[in-house]
Amino acid sequence: MIGLYLEEIDVDRVVELGSHHFTKEAIIAFAEKYDPQPFHLDEEAARKGPLGVLSASGWHTASGWMKRYVATNQAAEAKMRAEGREPAPLGPSPGFTNLRWIKPVTPGDTITYRSTVTGKRELNSRPQWGLIFSLNEGFNQNGELVFSFEGKVLTPKRS
Amino acid sequence: MASMTDLLHYKDFPEGMVIPFGTYHLSREEVIEYAREWDPQPMHLDEEAAKRSVLGGLAASGWQSSAILIRLAVDGYANKSAAMASNSMEEVKWLKPVYAGETLTGRGTVLSRRISSKRPEMGILKMKFELFNMEGELKVEITGVQFMGVRHP
Repeated sequence: MIGLYLEEIDVDRVVELGSHHFTKEAIIAFAEKYDPQPFHLDEEAARKGPLGVLSASGWHTASGWMKRYVATNQAAEAKMRAEGREPAPLGPSPGFTNLRWIKPVTPGDTITYRSTVTGKRELNSRPQWGLIFSLNEGFNQNGELVFSFEGKVLTPKRS
Repeated sequence: MASMTDLLHYKDFPEGMVIPFGTYHLSREEVIEYAREWDPQPMHLDEEAAKRSVLGGLAASGWQSSAILIRLAVDGYANKSAAMASNSMEEVKWLKPVYAGETLTGRGTVLSRRISSKRPEMGILKMKFELFNMEGELKVEITGVQFMGVRHP
């Protein structure tokens, strides 16, 4: 994560990931491809539904997190290379838990994401790698928490 | 979408029910298109870089694989039913890479269900969604909540 090895990542570290803006057109385009339910596609249908408003697919909100996560990692890695240091590669993730869509993401919203390191451990099965655990959150422009999940990512050890 | 009168409701999704989904062909172009926008890491963008990576070949972002399983579920039952937006998924497991060019299918299983005590018009289905390739390899498993309208005559 952000070019760092397992040993260099402190628990409680907060990584700001930046923001993603959700337009009505992008919400509908994503939903047409992956989540074509009426409340993600059509303002009229959404108004009559339980949320009462057109909302982004939860997987669109999650994809926005990934976009910002990759951009933040790639920027940190580029900065390290510019300083003559070789960054640790970003490892794969086996999945995640407790994905929550707390409030709808609606047209015009800007979601600001962050990742907080909640734990880390070494892997007995792979001595060169460890696991980093994180709490990942998205806040809208009013500062309301709209999205969260608990992630894990394989991270190489320096030693 | 089906008309209001023949939509499936909570009563149509008993515990233990297995819902087969259709198929989804994932092209190389679609892997790259999603990755460019949402997950621009070399193993999702470039064949050669992907071959050298732990994935061993051009593979979809885990988030794209998850979204494909959701698409199969939407077509498989959600848009034929009184499904409402979900608020949570307990667990998402990316078990094997989903490679460019694979054809995928899936299924949904009703693990348990109850009617909301706060909102008696809404049922809460706990679902397991599974994504497979044509060889039957399990690629993605998602466990989560599906809200479903209850029909009151």
